Amino acid sequence: MTTWPILSVVTFLPAFGAILIYLMARGGDETASKTARWTAFWVTVVTFAASLILVARFDPASSDFQFVEKTSWLATGINYHMGIDGISLPLIILTTAIMPFCIIASWKAITSRVSEYMMAFLILETLMVGTFSALDLVLFYLFFEGGLIPMFLIIGVWGGPRRVYASFKFFLYTLLGSVLMLLAIMALYWNAGTTDIPTLMHTAVPRGLQTWAWLAFFASFAVKMPMWPVHTWLPDAHVEAPTAGSVILAAILLKMGGYGFLRFSLPMFPLASHDFAPFVFTLSVIAIIYTSLVALMQEDMKKLIAYSSVAHMGFVTMGIFAVTTQGVAGGMFQMISHGIVSGALFLCVGIVYDRMHTREIAAYGGLVNRMPLYALVFMVFTMANVGLPGTSGFIGEFMTLLGTFKVSLPTVFFATTGVILSAGYALWLYRKIVFGALVKPALMSMKDLTYRECLTLFPLVALTILFGVYPKPVLDMSAASVQQIVNNYNTAVTAVKAASLVVQ
Amino acid sequence: MIQAIVFLPLLGAILAGIISLAGAHARNPSGDTVDHHDDAHGDAHAAVAHDDHGHDDHAHDDHGHDDHHVSEPAAAGSRLAELITTGLLFVSAALSWFTLVDVGFMHHDARVVLLPWINSGDLQVSWTLRVDTLTAVMLVVVNTVSSLVHLYSIGYMDEDPYRPRFFGYLSLFTFAMLMLVTADNLVQLFFGWEGVGLASYLLIGFWYQKPSANAAAIKAFVVNRVGDFGFALGIFAVFALIGSTDFETIFHAAPGLTGKTIDFFGWQADAMTLTCCLLFMGAMGKSAQFLLHTWLPDAMEGPTPVSALIHAATMVTAGVFMVARLSPLFELSPTAQAVVMFFGATTAFFAATVGLVQNDIKRIVAYSTCSQLGYMFVAMGAGAYSVGMFHLFTHAFFKALLFLGSGSVIYAMHHEQDIRNMGGLWRKIPYTFAVMCVGTLALTGFPLFAGYFSKDAIIESAYAAHNPFAVYAYLLTVAAAGLTSFYSWRLIFKTFFGEPHDQEHYEAAHESPMWMLVPIGVLAAGSILSGFPFKELFVSPHGVEEFFRESVKMNPHILEGMEEIPGWLAPLPTVMMVLGLFVSYMFYIRRPYLPVELAKQQPMLYQFLLNKWYFDELYDLIFVRPAKWIGYQLWKKGDGFVIDGLGPDGVSARVLDVTRNVVKLQTGYLYHYAFAMLIGAAGLITWFMFGLGGQ
Repeated sequence: MTTWPILSVVTFLPAFGAILIYLMARGGDETASKTARWTAFWVTVVTFAASLILVARFDPASSDFQFVEKTSWLATGINYHMGIDGISLPLIILTTAIMPFCIIASWKAITSRVSEYMMAFLILETLMVGTFSALDLVLFYLFFEGGLIPMFLIIGVWGGPRRVYASFKFFLYTLLGSVLMLLAIMALYWNAGTTDIPTLMHTAVPRGLQTWAWLAFFASFAVKMPMWPVHTWLPDAHVEAPTAGSVILAAILLKMGGYGFLRFSLPMFPLASHDFAPFVFTLSVIAIIYTSLVALMQEDMKKLIAYSSVAHMGFVTMGIFAVTTQGVAGGMFQMISHGIVSGALFLCVGIVYDRMHTREIAAYGGLVNRMPLYALVFMVFTMANVGLPGTSGFIGEFMTLLGTFKVSLPTVFFATTGVILSAGYALWLYRKIVFGALVKPALMSMKDLTYRECLTLFPLVALTILFGVYPKPVLDMSAASVQQIVNNYNTAVTAVKAASLVVQ
Repeated sequence: MIQAIVFLPLLGAILAGIISLAGAHARNPSGDTVDHHDDAHGDAHAAVAHDDHGHDDHAHDDHGHDDHHVSEPAAAGSRLAELITTGLLFVSAALSWFTLVDVGFMHHDARVVLLPWINSGDLQVSWTLRVDTLTAVMLVVVNTVSSLVHLYSIGYMDEDPYRPRFFGYLSLFTFAMLMLVTADNLVQLFFGWEGVGLASYLLIGFWYQKPSANAAAIKAFVVNRVGDFGFALGIFAVFALIGSTDFETIFHAAPGLTGKTIDFFGWQADAMTLTCCLLFMGAMGKSAQFLLHTWLPDAMEGPTPVSALIHAATMVTAGVFMVARLSPLFELSPTAQAVVMFFGATTAFFAATVGLVQNDIKRIVAYSTCSQLGYMFVAMGAGAYSVGMFHLFTHAFFKALLFLGSGSVIYAMHHEQDIRNMGGLWRKIPYTFAVMCVGTLALTGFPLFAGYFSKDAIIESAYAAHNPFAVYAYLLTVAAAGLTSFYSWRLIFKTFFGEPHDQEHYEAAHESPMWMLVPIGVLAAGSILSGFPFKELFVSPHGVEEFFRESVKMNPHILEGMEEIPGWLAPLPTVMMVLGLFVSYMFYIRRPYLPVELAKQQPMLYQFLLNKWYFDELYDLIFVRPAKWIGYQLWKKGDGFVIDGLGPDGVSARVLDVTRNVVKLQTGYLYHYAFAMLIGAAGLITWFMFGLGGQ
């Protein structure tokens, strides 16, 4: 289709940028930092522009993998195999689109080891895009797990006071998941003799292996998501990460879990997915209610938003495992929307953190008196977080709930209470920080958003409202692939049911 | 034309918003540096921040005084914002009346598809504007009241420095409300529904420096969300049953669902009944019905024009509109109708009893609104949808009038809201007094005023209904009619008659500016004219058939049944009204010591009513505190102790024990992990290549 491997170019362009920074921005002086910032910025912008070519050439009517590149690599059955479909493309665009904002948000906040910081981000981008476009399990595993390293460094080097604890926790959780996933990958290789994902998707996996492989993959993805009860790394990691790190964590890294469910769990292990769906529903509902209640009581802004992220991801897992068209499409949309909204919310926290160097909710109050633009922007994202119709947050929640209703009414009943609780904690946060009289002396000389900050937030405001009113671009992009996942799943489940009837 | 009606207010909101932001931004410069040393400067700012806001209609008993005047000049372009929004609203209002004639009498129903919205599989939702008679009536109500409130606010808010923001919010609200009433599917209805909730939240909390206003705003939003929880589930149920959210499709498919059941936690619920009850839960939240009413009185923290527009005439009637809109569904489920009637009648009576003893002028009117909404739901439960809409129509005029009139009193009294501190005002503000009397006559159902026709029709519909709660509703609405008359006249007598209680404020009292007097004059005219001339269209069987046609599905026998009410029962509400007036007159004009003695004799009852049946305290005890307590416990014990204790912290403690002597914690371990991971990956690849891959 194309004469040049555009997908690989998009994937490795940021890594190339990291090398550029390494070569150009040596030494820790101000000039080097400046070079590093500008290089990183332009590389992310060019990557984003290149990823738009993917959108332009993508055929949304087809559920096949597109832009496929395949060359032999390690051994028989293990190839360098890349390609995207309607599930991965939106996430790739989300990644490349969020990245420039992260660089701009770090412009002034990061003052030490700037080139290393920018390099970490660029490498992270390569690994994230790679995760979403890899079509070989080994390749996927390398990208997926490799992404942890720059994230460790970002939290561990540029993080807050408890960064060591946070990254430790992050590691322990993910290590557990990774090891199990690795075992499952080996088992799949044994079974099929290949690690090629499209092939595996069409290879029937024995029932017993399905169960174990599903659980192993689930362990890894559930931690990433994160699902209750393996979510406790997330608040700590968010709190300690620098602003841009939190943005990436919330906007992209969490989505790898949902992507994994859609790419592996449902297509490869449909029967196990069917068996475990009630289990996932239970965990999702607990996540939604439990973390919303916990969010109500938080004293730290970032923790509150982190807990609300867990709740929102609960809608995603619920929708995905309902395996109805609206459920899966809604989960997909919710991931994109949450990427925009929670990323923006962390940017909002970063803005006041940069000024006051505290994230404690009690230290703020009455910011609207000095920061009207900030108040407006924060209000839009708060409302999107609450799931107000007209913002992108609504579409995802609504569709996942609607799609799950037919499958499990009790799940939806309890999950819908999340809309009440989310209003509680989000409005409470907004009221404590933005509304009220400005009485705290430390806040008196706060100033409103700068042009740089407006540049990071206004496009996200526009996207939040645009996708709330007109979500069609995102929904259409993934529609064919979503439909195929749902159809294949239903075929597999019905076949087994029919077979068991025959046996009886 | 319908696009113009709906989107002109949005245009106004956006323009006012831009003006407001530009002004605010000019006052508050950008910058990401914070000066931490300028304390003296900071204190000066604090003083300004404290009396930044001009108008505070605090209630005396609840919050104490706060009637500073403004120290901050209004932003440039305030007048421009006012004129733009108000002008556009008047255009919209004029077009709405035209639409009413066009649709109601010429039968030119319209359906305009604007944009696709949510499309996924069989879920096909689009942005569509639907205009039929029901919508046209609502368009007229919303735009007429809204334009008058805009006009009134120019006068009422003249001292507030944030006027562009205020007018932006008002227009935004109007837009959301118009999206609600023109919705062609449940999801768009939900959009408007939550949109007006947002606007209500913003307007209640307009004076964001007041903690009570912020609390009231959040309460309004969250309690409404409780209702929306049911509404959302109702939408899901409809989609699960029918596979569509478009009204036409639903209405056609609904009759086929009789006898179908939904498994609701093991209970085989009748599908239609369950769906309607869930949807009605949304209506209960929005229309402040019994159990979900607690937000409405608190919402009076907002500026008075807001109370008139949102919490009297339009938004709170959205629930009534919703039930009327979904009448083809409710008609299929007598059980759901019984539920509607029960809650309506209970609210009508309950709110009236609380209204008897309140002392804040706005809260009295708020409880009155709550009670009148109950009346409308009684009609809905009876299947007399057009009758409920009739009361919605007349109520919009006289209740907006009462609120704006109260605003005029408050304005005259320098932000005094406690009627115990008023008295004798009729000499000072005769015009306001006159229009308030018109509003009260209309509300209490004095013959020939608007409320007389609509309210009596509702009471008759309760009598004629074939509903398990028909008798209950009839008795309660009749009783509430007497109570309504009592508390309404109590308000008038204590405010305008007797001796002034606050001589200083009394002396300074003055009539409001023309900006305010004209709109209340128009509404006073509406409180008379919206009654008799429209009776034929809303109440008589033939008129309803011609006027509403397919837009509501009436109970086929209810209107005829209403005409057959026994002659001796028909004047009963009027008798109750006269009785209430008489008692009120005795209590507050002839023998003012009587109510005091009564309160002393019955302290329990008095406290019970004064504290609004203790609902706020009860909810705090059974919902708010437990939620917080559980949240705290889950956080500290659940996350902190159990999950982390057994999981990472426990494991890490063991790991640390081992590694403490091996690696220096601070510097080495990150790279250690990274290294370990790479080793792992390398091991994996090696194993693949040489172990299995080579096979």
